[in-house]
Amino acid sequence: MQKTIKIVISIIFLFVIGVFFIGLNKDTNYNTNSLIGKKIPNINLEYFDENKFYKGDDLKKNNYTLINFWASWCAPCRDEHPLLIQLSEEKNLKLLGVNFKDKKKQADKFLNDLGNPYDFLTKDDQGRNSVNFGIYGIPESILVNKDLIILKKFVGPLSVEDFNSIIEIIN
Amino acid sequence: MLSNFGNLLLFINIFLSLTIIYSALKCLKISGKFIPKIIYQISSLQSTLIIICFFTLVAGFIVSDFSLITVYQNSHTLKPIFYKIAGTWGNHEGSLLLWAIILTIFSFLFLVFTRNHPKEFRIFTLIIQNILIVGFLFFILFNSNPFSVLLPAPMEGLGLNPILQDPALAIHPPLLYIGFVGSSIYFSAAMASLITNYSKTTFVHAIKNWVLISWCFQTLGILVGSIWAYYELGWGGFWFWDPVENASLLPWFAMTALFHSLVVFEKRGLFYFWVITLCLLTFILSVTGTFLVRSGILNSVHTFASDPTRGIYILLFLTLMIFSSIFLLFRKYKKKDYDLNPNSKETFILLNNWFMMFYLITVLLGTIYPIFTDVLTANKISVGPPFYNTVIIPIVVIFLLIMAIGPRVKWIKERFENLKNYLFILIGSVSINFLIIFLFKSYSILSNLIIVSALFLIISSLFDVLKFLKNKKINIAQIISHASFGFLVLFIGLNDIFSIEKDYNIKLGEIKKFNNYSIELQNLEIENFSNYKAIVGVLEIHNIKNNKKNILKPEIRIYENPQTLTYEAAIKTSVLKDYYLTMSNVDRSDYYNIKFQKKPLMIWIWISVIMIVFGGFLRLFQNAKNN
Repeated sequence: MQKTIKIVISIIFLFVIGVFFIGLNKDTNYNTNSLIGKKIPNINLEYFDENKFYKGDDLKKNNYTLINFWASWCAPCRDEHPLLIQLSEEKNLKLLGVNFKDKKKQADKFLNDLGNPYDFLTKDDQGRNSVNFGIYGIPESILVNKDLIILKKFVGPLSVEDFNSIIEIIN
Repeated sequence: MLSNFGNLLLFINIFLSLTIIYSALKCLKISGKFIPKIIYQISSLQSTLIIICFFTLVAGFIVSDFSLITVYQNSHTLKPIFYKIAGTWGNHEGSLLLWAIILTIFSFLFLVFTRNHPKEFRIFTLIIQNILIVGFLFFILFNSNPFSVLLPAPMEGLGLNPILQDPALAIHPPLLYIGFVGSSIYFSAAMASLITNYSKTTFVHAIKNWVLISWCFQTLGILVGSIWAYYELGWGGFWFWDPVENASLLPWFAMTALFHSLVVFEKRGLFYFWVITLCLLTFILSVTGTFLVRSGILNSVHTFASDPTRGIYILLFLTLMIFSSIFLLFRKYKKKDYDLNPNSKETFILLNNWFMMFYLITVLLGTIYPIFTDVLTANKISVGPPFYNTVIIPIVVIFLLIMAIGPRVKWIKERFENLKNYLFILIGSVSINFLIIFLFKSYSILSNLIIVSALFLIISSLFDVLKFLKNKKINIAQIISHASFGFLVLFIGLNDIFSIEKDYNIKLGEIKKFNNYSIELQNLEIENFSNYKAIVGVLEIHNIKNNKKNILKPEIRIYENPQTLTYEAAIKTSVLKDYYLTMSNVDRSDYYNIKFQKKPLMIWIWISVIMIVFGGFLRLFQNAKNN
């Protein structure tokens, strides 16, 4: 009996140490490379103003869609906003905004002050839908094609380089 | 120059450790009760040299000798002298040197203070401790050398991370290390006890003060870290269940369990193997914690720089420790049947240990689970406060009740004649709780249950204090610690229920109103300091109800070296509550985002922990007096 316990305990420790060892060589920083090329999950996002839902099939109507997660309380979102406004002028690209854990009044004010770049605006009050997209913090943006494949994912505010790479992909 | 001197001292220290091991082994063959003087001398020389070695590095920081990589990476000429010195242990290499110091000094002190114990036991403790020392010195010398040279020496250093430039953080590592590394000495003693079959209850006398010392410092270290997180990180919380915080909690649970079961072993001769297991476990958990936060396997503020070879070395060290412990423990294990009466102090202390193990396993699982999912399923997850709060908090209710009853129960058998007293105390606690709900009109079932059980513990401790005043034989240190723990939980519970949090975007001159308060951004000042520039917001908090006004000045700091933006919370502490205000800029607008929090009884949370530690030190003092 004692021998069995000894072996079991040793195996447990060996296993833990083994996992630690493998874990050491893994990259612990959050990156989204593994998501590129994957299909986005089934989406079902409630419209910002009406009680209707934006679904995956709606996405298939656009050549390219940039899904942008934002909130009025998020300072970096203000940072990237001018770039979104510029992107909204691209014909080949639709912008789907997801207002994340926000208050409607403040979100409205944000868009009134800074302009509304979104072709479609939806909301995620609880932040649950965003989890399905693998959203880590906002702002984040996902570029998908009409087959709903993720072409690129941007963590943090869009930069000018990001902007250029989006333009390059959609044209 | 400093580099050569430091390296030389490290080499000499390794040599001295090997000499101690060699002469200790030789001394085992000589009969007689005494350890030769030469071993004491080498050991004291070893301690002296490692301290000099440490001060060599401190000197490097003070004179800003950037030919040392460690100094270059973590210091800057413009830094105030205090933070130059604190920078010595504010990095991986320097803090490992601090490890080595504590290992060495404790080794020497243990040798000096255990003269009444068997020679073999002392010798083996010394040998094992020195094996640990050699292991760490090799690690320092060949992997994390604080004396590594950078040539040609740069003119200027990179600077210390600004959020670490803080008085609390300057003393946090040394405190925590005395706890963490201090546990090494009873690891060694437990191994020695197994090897030499020293299982008499006198073994307790050899280690109990060391356990208490490490526990007291560990608790203080955790407290200081927590206070720092409260005012520096700007979230208004003081415990985030971050992997690093958890890493410091794990050995704490084991230590707490240990010094409770030591009492049983001392008084009744029970649980010898359990005591040994806890001794081994505490230090193993300390090293595991070091591994988790230093190897870069988890992300945290304490991951100074990610370097897998570092992790591999610590992991190797850990593996050796774990398997030699398991091997020895099973080899020497003898099954003993304990005849425990369920109504006895022994049982209650055993219960305490079970609770501690439960907390330990919960926190351990939560901490390492993300590594497992990452490695085994390539999923990145993080385990956050909801997990810990759900699993741990309900159990605290029962734990507190047992903490109240346990110390009053007699050894061997208790008849529970005064159950009526407990009933009265319980009724008292419930009534006070209802009074709180009635007066403040806010409640949640779980928080209130916790408050009731905390009150139960506090009130029974107060009765014990009354008893103590009549009869000085009662253990007042234990009463203080237990009561303070009750207060701690009570204050945390009240703080949780009655906190207010508001978030606004505000312009200069604007006023925001909520509940009974109004906030006005009255002014913005720009101030220049030697190592940073600050934008200071002047905000007036007006309590409309009692017409009291407070000015709070949160800051946005722009540090130069390295260029970093930090947000300094403004905190107004008073006896009953803290006002907590943070401010951040909203890009390209005149607005500032402010977050206001009212946090009741914050200062009492800190005081409770200090009182818990005070109980520990008092006990230490009593032990010293009795010897």
